[in-house]
This record gives sequence, C-alpha cells and structure tokens, in this order.
Amino acid sequence: MKTRHKKLALIGGALAILGIIAALVLNALNSNIALYISPTDVAAGKAPVGKPFRIGGLVKEGSVAREADGVTIRFVVTDTAKDITVNYKGILPDLFKEGKGVVAQGKMTEAGTFSASEVLAKHDENYMPPEAAKAVDDAQKAANKHVSPSSLSQPKASY
Amino acid sequence: MIPELGHFALILSTLVALVLGTLPLIGAHTNRLAWVALARPAATAMALLVTFSFACLTQAFVANDFSVVYVAQHSNSLLPIQYRVAGVWGGHEGSLLLWILMLTWWAFLVAMLSRQLPEAMVARVLGTLGLVGFGFLLFILLTSNPFERLLPAAAEGRDLNPLLQDPGLVIHPPLLYMGYVGFSVAFAFAIAALLSGKLDAAWARWSRPWTMAAWIFLTLGIAMGSWWAYYELGWGGWWFWDPVENASFMPWLIGTALIHSLAVTEKRGSFKNWTVLLAIAAFSLSLLGTFLVRSGVLTSVHAFATDPRRGIFILIFLVAVIGSSLALFAARAPKVGLGGRFGLVSRESLLLTNNVLLVVACGTVLLGTLYPLLIDALGVGKISVGPPYFNAVFVPVMTPILFLMGVGPFARWKDASIPEIAKAVKWALLVGILVAVALPLLYGQWFAMTALGLLLAAWIVATAALNFIERVQHTRAGRGFLAAALSQPRTFVGMHLAHIGIAVFVVGVTMVGSYQDEKDIKLAPGQSVDVAGYHFTFNGVKAVEGPNYVAAQGEFDLAVDGKFVRKMNPEKRNYHSSAMPMTEAAIDAGFLRDVYVSLGEPIDRDKPEGEWAVRVYYKPFVDWIWGGCILMSLGGLIAMLDRRYRVRARAAAPVSAGTQQA
Repeated sequence: MKTRHKKLALIGGALAILGIIAALVLNALNSNIALYISPTDVAAGKAPVGKPFRIGGLVKEGSVAREADGVTIRFVVTDTAKDITVNYKGILPDLFKEGKGVVAQGKMTEAGTFSASEVLAKHDENYMPPEAAKAVDDAQKAANKHVSPSSLSQPKASY
Repeated sequence: MIPELGHFALILSTLVALVLGTLPLIGAHTNRLAWVALARPAATAMALLVTFSFACLTQAFVANDFSVVYVAQHSNSLLPIQYRVAGVWGGHEGSLLLWILMLTWWAFLVAMLSRQLPEAMVARVLGTLGLVGFGFLLFILLTSNPFERLLPAAAEGRDLNPLLQDPGLVIHPPLLYMGYVGFSVAFAFAIAALLSGKLDAAWARWSRPWTMAAWIFLTLGIAMGSWWAYYELGWGGWWFWDPVENASFMPWLIGTALIHSLAVTEKRGSFKNWTVLLAIAAFSLSLLGTFLVRSGVLTSVHAFATDPRRGIFILIFLVAVIGSSLALFAARAPKVGLGGRFGLVSRESLLLTNNVLLVVACGTVLLGTLYPLLIDALGVGKISVGPPYFNAVFVPVMTPILFLMGVGPFARWKDASIPEIAKAVKWALLVGILVAVALPLLYGQWFAMTALGLLLAAWIVATAALNFIERVQHTRAGRGFLAAALSQPRTFVGMHLAHIGIAVFVVGVTMVGSYQDEKDIKLAPGQSVDVAGYHFTFNGVKAVEGPNYVAAQGEFDLAVDGKFVRKMNPEKRNYHSSAMPMTEAAIDAGFLRDVYVSLGEPIDRDKPEGEWAVRVYYKPFVDWIWGGCILMSLGGLIAMLDRRYRVRARAAAPVSAGTQQA
C-alpha cells in the first residue's frame, strides 16, 4: 500500500469508529436519562408513562409505613402543594427521615402510585437534595409563599 | 497565635511562589543564570513554608482550638486523635491546603531529584509549578482561609461528618490528591518542553517516571475510595458513577493514555504533539475535577449563589491554565516535527488506537457528567444520567482496549505483521475461550457478558505469559530460564504486571456483576436467612458505646453447610453531635467471595431489641477489583524504578541551547 492509501485507510477507520461510538453514546444517553418531575407536575399528568423518572420533595410527616414483610415501605413525597405515594422494597438510606428532603427514581404504577427502584439521600444531614428543594420552592412560589426551604437547610458540599 | 503564624507562612509562600513562577522562567528565556539558579531554593522554601502552615492547622485540630472557624466546624473534643489529624482535610479549606501541600512537595521532589537535568529545564519545570502553586495559594487566601478566627471561640466543635470518621479518610484523600496534583509535574514538563522548543526523547524519558508516580497514586487513591464506599456506605456497591467519582476517573483515563503515549515518544520520537496535549489534558481534568467537587456545582448549581467567589475563582483559573497552555501549544506545535514513521499495523498504531479509545472513554464520562449540569444551567429542566448510560457506553469502548492489550506487546515497532502476531497469540485465545465457556458453567449460569469479561481477562493473562516467555527465550543467551527471567527490564515486567492487574480487576467486576446475590429481609432474634449457601442466624441487637457515639450492634452467626464460621457484628451508630445515623456493615472477606451484612432499621422504632430490617450480600470475587488496582500500581512502581531512568543524562546542556528550536 502507498503511504497515501494507508493514511486514507487510517482516517476512514478512525471516522467509522467515531461514528459507531457517537451512535452508541447518543443511544445510551437517550434511553438512560431520568427526568426530574415534581409531585405537582405528576399530579398534572406530566409524568412519562412506562419510563423511569425521578421525583423530589419532602417525606411527609407521619406517612412512612411498613408492610408485613418488614422491607416494603410506603411513604408520601410532597412538595407542600401535591402529594404522591411511593412504594419501595429494600433498606432505606441512613438519611431518610420524615420531614426531610428525598429523591426517588422509579415508575408510575397503574394505581397512580410511584414504584421506586432507588431512594437517594446524600451524605450530610444538613443537605437538601437540590431537586427536592426546587420542587418545594416551585410549589411554594406557586402558592405565593416566600419561605424557601433552602433557607432552612444550607446545601453544602459534604465530600 | 499559632494559627496566625500558619496564615502568615501561607502569605509568605504565596510571595515565594510568585517569585518561583516568574524569575526562573524569565531567566531561562533570557539566559540569566542567577535567575535560573533561583528555582531550586525557591521551590524548597515554598515547600517548607506550606508544610509549616499545614502543621499549624494540624496543631489547631489536635489542641481542639475552637477559636478557629474551620476547626470548630470540623472537629470535636470527643473526636479520636487520628480523626482530629485527618479532620484537617475533612472540609473544603483544609483539603485545599492539602492539595497545595502536595503540589509543593512534588515541586520539592523535582528540585531534589533533577540533578541530571539541564538547569534551564529545571527552571522552567519548577517555574510552571510555581505558577500553578501561586494560583492555588491565592485561591485559598482570598476565598477559603482555613485560619480564620471565630470570636468569641466556640465552646465545642460541631464534629466531623460521621461518614468521614473512618480510616478511609486518613488514607484516601492524600493518595488521591498526590495523584491529581502529580499530573501537574507531567504538565510542567510538557510546558517546559514547549517553552524550550525541545520536545524530544530526553524530555519523554524525564517525564515518564513522574507521570507514572502520579498515575500510581491516582490508581491507589481511586481504588481506596471505591473500597471505602463499599464497606462504609453500607450499600455494597463499589462504583456508582457518581459525578465526584467521575471527576477522579477522567484524569486516570487520560493519564493512562499519557503513560502509553510517552512510551512511544521516548522510544520512537513519534506522537510528540499528542503526548503534550495529553499531559495538558490530564492536568486540566484534575483541575476540572477540583472545580466540580470544590465549587459545589455538583451538589447543586445553586451553590454558586451561596459562595460564588470560590467557583468563579477556580473557573477563571481553569480557563487561564487551559487557555494559556493551548495557546502555547498552538504556537509551538507546528515546529515540533513528526518523529519516526510507522506502518498501518505496528506497535505505534496499536498504542495510538489504545490512546484514541481511552480518550473516547474519557469523553463519554465527561459528557455523562457535564450533561445534567449543562441542561440545568440552560434552564431546560433537571435530569440525571445514571449508571446504565455509563455501562452501556463503557463496555463497547473497553472491549477493544482489553483485546488489543494482549496483542500490543507482540507487535514490533514500526512495522508488524498480523500473521506473525496471530501465530504467537493463538494459544492465548484458546485459553480465553476455554475459561469463558467453563467458568460460568461452574457458577451455575452462563451469561454472554460474563463469558466476554472472563474471555478478555484470561486472554490478557495468557498473552502476557506467552509474551514474557517468548522474550525470556530470546534473551537467554545460554543462561538458565529463571536467571534470564529475573534480568528482564523492569519496564517490561511492570507493564505485564499492570496488565495482569487489569485482568484481575475485570474478573472481579465481571463475577460480582454476574453472580452477586442480595436479600433485604425482616429478621426477629433467632430467625435466619440463606444467601448463596451462606446461613445467617440473627441473635439480636444490643447497645454498645463508642468514644463519640452509641450504637445498636447486631450479632449474626455465619454458617456454611451447617458448620459455624464466625460471628458478624454490623452496627447502626448514632453520633452524639449529629442527628445522622451511620451504618457500619460487617464483612467477612475472602479470596473468592465476600459476605456482607448490614442493619437497616428496627421494624418498631421503640423496640430495637425486636425485629430488624436486614440486608445480606454475597459478593463473589469482589476483592479482586481492588486487588487488580494494587497490581496495576505495583506494575507501575516496578516500571518506574527501571534502571534507565536513573542513568544520568549527558552533562547539562548550556542554558542558551534551551531557546533554540528543535
């Protein structure tokens, strides 16, 4: 092969590989992004059907209940305007607490409850997940209240 | 008084850094020997001053000086001494000081171990490090002074985040920072080479051991962090594709590409521009990681609003470093020349492919990490990019890298022949296929992905062994096999050991991903649960008291085939100073598997002596993940100690040679 042909082959090969990788990345990104949706938006029917998404808000006081098996848990996530019932099977993270912020990933069930595959709480007791803070903020703005939950708990990097 | 001394030393060191970052660089450019000679003493002074300052902060922690804001926020008089010392880097200000401390130590080491380098080169390298140090010292003084006083003093400190009260905190951040910051040396060498216009094999040879050292620390630091997350967070995972983790993984990927590309530059004189770019990229990504973690953008974009100065300062610094080094690169690169030519199939082309794939892998991680931030910043909505994305892109990109890792060492420089390589490696492929078919069946279930992982791992080990044997046979020259094997160059031995480390790592990831088993279950005292043949009997929970916490300690009997193995004691701790409970898992570690128990919550909060929600795991080969990382680092260490890096280079070139173009 001549040098010019070699170069062309190299460049062609590289472009082909890049193309494949770009397709892969875009495809993976497209099917693995989870949107954050606030309880208010879920109540308004804006949640995707059959696709996982994330909700954020506060765990409603007094709403946490266990089923007989001891590891299936039901609780209510609220943005102070709307509530959504969440079912989760498993061990809750240490920072999960009534009245505190929470983020859960999962899908809507036909019964209109949220079936969580994952419940997230971050590394610090003072930390409010920004998604939870935003959901509550937005709901309260809509209700014309001027108390921001972020004034109750300063977000801070904890690592 | 002592905190003021520490503060003062920090200010002095900033001035010294400014001197180091200017005069030696100008001196090297204008051939002023006196200014060039300033570099070593200035680097030493900077290291001493920062070390002193760091010691002052440590003293404030050890002596419980709660009149210092930072100490009051991150320590407590009940905190055990080792965590008071490690607490120095348990928060933003102190960890930044640790970053700077590491930087000045690296600069000091370069100053000490560079006797064989031309003086102008040393001046440029140290000058560059001085500039970087100056930027960070300015950052800490202007936005994050750890010595700030609290008046009146607090009676008691707020305590260290309980999550950080672990031996992991003592080791993980220093290792990781040594790695992050270590790439500043590779960066400084690249900048120095660009400034002098002498991008040659000698530059690559000087750069290699330093780059390798940084890479070793980064590898160990990341592995340590992963292990810590595994046993401390109580979730049993070893990698979460968390943005903070990604921030450390990106420089690792580029650093890995860099050590391979440096090898080509040293041996063949090719890839010079590419190598320089990688050196710049590795350090820039270290800075980006610092920026992401430290500015608060990762926890929340709104953290910018809480302390905008910090984020903006690092951002400006980041832009200045990347911008100026790329500008310098653009000005010099066209004059660099191409170096040795190579064929379509050659060791060079294989290493180039490895490099491109590693950079692509880094790009996909960068995309997945920054995309949610970008979407949020644009105000389009909030999204999260989870582990499935990373797994989906990572496997296809890594598979060819792992395959080529077996081929590369057989390929000749310049021009290699595919049939020759194929002939040399065919037995390795056979071994790989056998393992891939047989081992999953042994574990009961055959999955295609499991087979692929095991195939690649066995392939790497088998090719490494074949390559090693082949080379020993070629270099025997009448000696016994063992004698010849022991006299192989350390770079060669180190390379294969590190590659085998990758294989071990891949086995761990594959096996734990395929065959791990977990159960979340409610257990009353006396009840038991079985996971993967391991029988756990719950004996109940009792209260125990630690130095600064009370814990509910569970007791489990672990039995296999009806035979008692050991007791396991997971804990749920409540630290006095914090409302946050902490899960301490109990782990029975083994060569082929870990079993892991952690306590969830009592089913009835008022009856901790009753039923508990419990999580039990069976994790086959999980320790191979970190074992593989240790092997990689060990391989790196052996390669770094190769004799040829210690041979003195020819007598220092006169300073004026530095300004010529190569």
